[in-house]
Amino acid sequence: MESQIHLTDLPLDPSGIHQYLSTPASGGIVVFTGTVRDHNQDLRVIRLEFEAYEPMAIKEMERLAQVCSEQWPCHRIAIHHRLGILGVGEIPVVIGVSTAHRQEAFAACQFLIDALKVHVPIWKKEVFTDGSQWVSAHP
Amino acid sequence: MKTQSPDTLSVRILAFGIAKDILEDNVIWMDLEPGSKVSDLKSALMEAFPAFEKLQYVRFAINESYVTDDEIILPDDEIAIIPPVSGG
Repeated sequence: MESQIHLTDLPLDPSGIHQYLSTPASGGIVVFTGTVRDHNQDLRVIRLEFEAYEPMAIKEMERLAQVCSEQWPCHRIAIHHRLGILGVGEIPVVIGVSTAHRQEAFAACQFLIDALKVHVPIWKKEVFTDGSQWVSAHP
Repeated sequence: MKTQSPDTLSVRILAFGIAKDILEDNVIWMDLEPGSKVSDLKSALMEAFPAFEKLQYVRFAINESYVTDDEIILPDDEIAIIPPVSGG
């Protein structure tokens, strides 16, 4: 298994990631793209602000890629996460997996995005028309 | 840098997200008893910054890995307060 793990202030490139994932043996490639939406419940979201404990976030993403490849036969795994200020419609995260068959690619990709949201030390602040909050900070 | 005296453990603590807002800084120093565990640090933080009580839960990392409350803190450890993460 090969992996490509990135934290960056620059816009993410889903098609470049798709290209990276493609190998002659890969019959299935699943790429998940997260995008900034314009609301959370009834509140209008203007932008999101992401920050990370960068060295640990990289380590955790590498660890999750490893755990994932032990559970599913992955050819390549890409986990790219954006930092800084993102507007509605921009892409904070792209996760992609290539495998021989589609079932493993779907399952592995789902595992990675779910695990990222639990373990990787990245935080987002939602900025509304009148105020802001750190997501998940309070019950 | 702070100098270590033998009867005090001065630790550097990184804070992110809402923890940074509560501490009003992204890095602070705290003095603990030598041999203190993460649970002792947690109590000291709660005492110094009561707003931590309001958080759903907080994890700690030492040297870029998650640790449990039983972990003993060593003089040169890099400690980080990890409030609920929200990447993606």
